[in-house]
Amino acid sequence: MSQAAGGYYLPEPSKWPIIGSIGLFLMTGGFGLYLMGMSMITMYIGMAVLVYMLFGWFGTVIKESEGGLYNDQVDMSFRMSMGWFIFSEVMFFAAFFGALYYIRVFADPWLGGAGNNLMTHDWLYPEYTSTWPTNGPGNVGGDFQTMGAWGIPAINTLILLTSGATVTWAHWGLKKDNRSQLILGLFLTVALGFLFVGFQAYEYIHAYNDLNLKLTSGVYGSTFYMLTGFHGLHVTIGAIMLLVMLFRSMKGHFTHENHFAFEAAAWYWHFVDVVWLGLFIFVYWLV
Amino acid sequence: MTATTHEEHHDEIPTGIKRWLFTTNHKDIGTMYLWFSFIMLLIGGLFALVIRAELFQPGMQVVDPNFFNMMTTLHGLVMVFGAIMPAFVGLANWQIPLMVGAPDMALPRMNNWSFWILPFAGFMLLAPMFVGGNFASGQGPAFGWTFYEPLSGQYDKLVFFVFAVHLLGFSSIMGSINIIATILNMRAPGMTLMKMPMFVWTWLITAFLLIAVMPVLAGVVTMMLTDKYFGTSFFDAAGGGDPVLFQHVFWFFGHPEVYIMILPAFGVVSEIIPTFARKKLFGYASMVYATASIAFLSFIVWAHHMFTVGMPVAGELYFMYATVLIAVPTGVKVFNWISTMYRGSMTYEIPMLWALCFVILFTIGGFSGLMLGVAPADFQYHDTYFVVAHFHYVLVSGSLFGLFAGVYYWLPKWTGNMYSNGLAQLHFWLSTIAMNLTFFPMHFTGLAGMPRRYADYPLQFTEFNVMSSVGAFMFGFSQLIFLWLVIKTIKGGEKATDRVWEGSHGLEWTIPSPAPYHSFTTAPEVK
Amino acid sequence: MKLPFERKTHAISAFLLMLVSGSALADYKLNFQEPVNQLGQEIFDLHMLVFWICVGIALVVFSVMFYSMIAHRKSKGAVAADFHENTTVEVIWTIIPFIILISVAIPATSTLIKIEDTGDADITIKVTGLQWKWKYEYDADGTPVSFISSLHPDHNKARAVDSGIDVTKIENYLLEVDNMMVVPVNKKIRLLVTSDDVIHSWWVPQFATKKDAIPGYVNETWTSVDKPGIYRGQCTELCGKDHAFMPIVVKAVEENEYNAWLAAKKTEAVAAAAEAAADKVWSKDELVARGQEIYMGKGGCFGCHGANGEGVATFPKLAGSAITIGPDAAHIDVVVNGKPGTAMAAYGNQLNDLELAAVITYERNAWGNAASVVQPADIKAAR
Ligand code: HEA
Ligand code: HEA
Ligand code: HEC
Ligand code: CUA
Ligand SMILES: [Cu+2]
Repeated sequence: MSQAAGGYYLPEPSKWPIIGSIGLFLMTGGFGLYLMGMSMITMYIGMAVLVYMLFGWFGTVIKESEGGLYNDQVDMSFRMSMGWFIFSEVMFFAAFFGALYYIRVFADPWLGGAGNNLMTHDWLYPEYTSTWPTNGPGNVGGDFQTMGAWGIPAINTLILLTSGATVTWAHWGLKKDNRSQLILGLFLTVALGFLFVGFQAYEYIHAYNDLNLKLTSGVYGSTFYMLTGFHGLHVTIGAIMLLVMLFRSMKGHFTHENHFAFEAAAWYWHFVDVVWLGLFIFVYWLV
Repeated sequence: MTATTHEEHHDEIPTGIKRWLFTTNHKDIGTMYLWFSFIMLLIGGLFALVIRAELFQPGMQVVDPNFFNMMTTLHGLVMVFGAIMPAFVGLANWQIPLMVGAPDMALPRMNNWSFWILPFAGFMLLAPMFVGGNFASGQGPAFGWTFYEPLSGQYDKLVFFVFAVHLLGFSSIMGSINIIATILNMRAPGMTLMKMPMFVWTWLITAFLLIAVMPVLAGVVTMMLTDKYFGTSFFDAAGGGDPVLFQHVFWFFGHPEVYIMILPAFGVVSEIIPTFARKKLFGYASMVYATASIAFLSFIVWAHHMFTVGMPVAGELYFMYATVLIAVPTGVKVFNWISTMYRGSMTYEIPMLWALCFVILFTIGGFSGLMLGVAPADFQYHDTYFVVAHFHYVLVSGSLFGLFAGVYYWLPKWTGNMYSNGLAQLHFWLSTIAMNLTFFPMHFTGLAGMPRRYADYPLQFTEFNVMSSVGAFMFGFSQLIFLWLVIKTIKGGEKATDRVWEGSHGLEWTIPSPAPYHSFTTAPEVK
Repeated sequence: MKLPFERKTHAISAFLLMLVSGSALADYKLNFQEPVNQLGQEIFDLHMLVFWICVGIALVVFSVMFYSMIAHRKSKGAVAADFHENTTVEVIWTIIPFIILISVAIPATSTLIKIEDTGDADITIKVTGLQWKWKYEYDADGTPVSFISSLHPDHNKARAVDSGIDVTKIENYLLEVDNMMVVPVNKKIRLLVTSDDVIHSWWVPQFATKKDAIPGYVNETWTSVDKPGIYRGQCTELCGKDHAFMPIVVKAVEENEYNAWLAAKKTEAVAAAAEAAADKVWSKDELVARGQEIYMGKGGCFGCHGANGEGVATFPKLAGSAITIGPDAAHIDVVVNGKPGTAMAAYGNQLNDLELAAVITYERNAWGNAASVVQPADIKAAR
């Protein structure tokens, strides 16, 4: 059935989900095999399958959307889904922010003997004083320096904030049916996104080479890289999403009232932006 | 996919394996979820039977201790993630569109994806068990379903476990998004939120819980992964981390998780009791608020699983107070069910038997939960069989019995046939007796001091363990009766009417039995 | 099933009894083991208080339920009433449970605060959980005295899957150790609990003391014992393969006896330290003999590597393995420092130089291995 009588579009049976499952399975399983000492080939196959699925699935959706099959109610389903999906992402980051909070407020002071942990300190780590940043009483990974907030991170903050503005500007353009404003705004946003990623890569290289700040630098390194790393990954994904929107805009997709795909990417972008502000404050600034 | 063809081919049901692999139909997907979870119940049950066989008498007779731990671990994981959760998603898939008058789920393709990730995840979880050639030297996870660090960090195939959990989480999140979108966006005109059936309400809240906590679970397993393979120190004190951090993050997921497994059962029971009491559900609004309160409280009580880890005393006090508070909204639900029965016109068909049994036995499990919540006493109960007794009362006679109640209630609608009453009676009575025989004695073994996750035990615990083992095999046997009953019902039997039950209300009873492949293609009007 | 017949019937009758009476029969292990200190008694009372409250509520709730089920049957002609809301009763049954909960929370709070108050202790004992044994450290006038307490060897033999031993004939099966922890009666004993590998939990039911042993952190708790005797407990946090086989046995004695015991332990400790420190060169046979004892006892190596070095389950085999017959440096390194991220612990802080040298030499020269002899001096040099 292609179309319910009530107008809510119900898709035909589709091969894409099962292909997606196989792709995920091969990718994760293949990575597992790699960690077990085997080659990465299974993982690459899985990734290729996933990419194939993404093209196919989204391609179908785009065709359906451009074909005018989606009514307002379908549109609302998409909106809700994207919103709740972003909420789930927020909770994923919350786990890591929670870990950071717990380590800074509880665990590390306890290692230094705070609270009812005097004996933890006296018996196990008489030498250790609690500080942040720390790589623990074992000085895991050796001495390191931290990344100051007011260098690249501050620039990156500006970049992301600006990109939030450009994407909104692009949206205005779309709503006014001003294609060139849409395309220019999107282009700027994507460019700023990749610039951000570039700066972050530079920052990582600097941290590894000059500051001896590594993923293995105790719990500071763990929280620093996991939080900023996952954020960076999300920026990359968001930028790719926006890039797709850019191409679609150039192909003449979207109308001033029907362009949820664009909005979804923009929401995602704002979410990435907000997470960055949290990072900037709790990871870089308040050390 | 053929976006351009608009012709109606309503009754053309795809056939063969492709129907199941590619389906976008909520009923097909619901069916697959239900069968998957039933198979998982048998597998998880089989693991439980290995546990019970080993514990039948003191001394090691059947398996070696590592294998025993693997059985405990996989039993817990398979039951929680493989049996109970997917079964409720199966009910949701079948029923929510029917109950809100929607043509299907909001996002049918994604619905298919949510399901088809599960078998792969299950495979990834169980496969290491078969590594090593023979079953006896299986190398599956053996660190408890709670996979506490640093013990889990010692497991050399941890990565597969981690990814299995990621996939399960991914599936649950997508499934829940779909459920929320369906409920919020696809209701028939006139069905306001406060007119929704209770089952739909409980699932709405459950789906919210799932979206909130599954990502946290994904986060914590990710930390495990990097700790083991990439040298981070989240759970290692030497690097400034803390093994207890693992438990905090885990239980931030884990406690809401147990309500994820019970709220939909509350919903099922709230459908069934009014039907067979022939009386409207008492206190509908307070039921909704109570469910929401339970969900809210579930986020702020997690550390009651960790009273013995050495938290500051203020923390222990807080978590104790918050925990026992859950008795209040849960009590409201119990009282409402009973008031629904009060001055009703009661009959005792099979779904009602399960529902009544649910009310009694779940409440008993809730009481032992309350006892566990009292921190000083929990110091004695913690990690003993008293806890095992508690959670089997809420999970087996709670979640599982709730599921059975739902399946018996809706099976005639799904298949168009009535089940064999004799077999169903047998299944019910045997299960109920066996369940109590298995798990009631565990209260005593626990109080007397038998720790859980023990492959072998001191002699004074023998008698009660014998009872539990006998009961477990009985319970397992009675599930085979259920399997037979379901197959028989699908194949044929007395035809069910559309209403099926005399006292039933709600949109799902207005369509034919069996429910047509596509229902509510025009939205019904709800007054 | 090898249970004697009367025990079976006993069990069944007890089960029926408890169904009928619904109460806890103290003498049939239906309830907590008898507490032996005041705090234990308080916890017991709290437990019974909550229990009876639950029973009371259950009686009320289930009575109404059964009444409705029986009186309002359709088959008896009951016609459904039409009410489905009543704000007054709904408020009442929200408030009453709340009040009941407060009445539980008050005594619970006071007990909890006592449990967590470890101040003013008379003696302090350090307890370390290890896979799968306990280490106890005492302070004997400034000299540390420590020993390892593991499952009694006889029990250990009996618990093997194919041991052929009837465990029901073994007294205190699984609840006996080689070295008991000893404490004086009527003293406030502070316990500092930690772990060297994974999380364990130290529990003696009759003391009502349970505390998790968290690697890298020290937890404090306390206990006291009112009367002399032997008290038995077990590890209560899943800690791997032999979680069920690391019991805790505490002998409570009068103070003078305790002091004598501690003094003797101190003498032993001083002598052992002197022996290990002496730059003596030991013969291979001496080392192998001592090493075997450690391998099978104190070190607990056999638990993973097997009595014949053949390895257990997924744990590696040592007979003929590259490390055990290769150069001694690598062998010393893995035993002294362990293998992080695996179950192989660092034994450098559990065994002294002599013991390490002995167990390594044993491994290098047992089960067909024939490699070099390692002396205590080699260990000292490698540390
Ligand atoms: C469906 C699952 C489910 C449900 C619903 C519950 C419900 C509750 N649970 Fe349970 N619990 C588990 C599943 C569940 N639990 C599992 C799986 C574990 C073990 C995990 C592991 O370690 O592996 C566990 C463990 C567990 C612990 C940790 C024990 C330990 O390890 O030491 C605690 C402690 O507080 C606890 C408490 C509670 C409480 C207070 C409730 C409350 O929600 C119960 C509320 C209900 C009632 C109280 C009855 C009805 C109320 C009335 C009739 C009103 C009047 C009553 C009073 C005023 C008393 N649970
Ligand atoms: C979620 C639901 C759930 C369910 C339904 C069950 C069901 C059962 N559980 Fe459950 N159990 C848990 C969740 C559940 N459990 C959890 C979370 C834990 C904690 C794990 C941990 O500590 O980490 C646990 C732990 C646990 C233990 C403690 C183990 C230990 O501490 O070492 C025991 C011991 O008896 C036990 C027994 C049983 C039994 C006998 C059943 C019975 O109800 C099972 C009935 C049996 C069947 C349904 C099998 C039917 C099949 C056949 C007869 C064979 C045919 C098979 C095939 C064709 C494949 N369980
Ligand atoms: C808790 C289980 C456990 C116990 C107890 C244990 N080991 Fe091990 N041991 C291991 C594991 C696991 C490894 C493998 C580590 C790895 O992956 O390289 C290992 C490796 C070794 C090796 C290296 C073997 C090789 O060929 O790679 C030696 C030697 C060794 N252990 C000696 C000992 C000694 C001596 C003791 C007792 C004092 C002991 N072990 C106790 C688990 C244990
Ligand atoms: Cu040590 Cu369990
Ligand atoms: Cu909980």
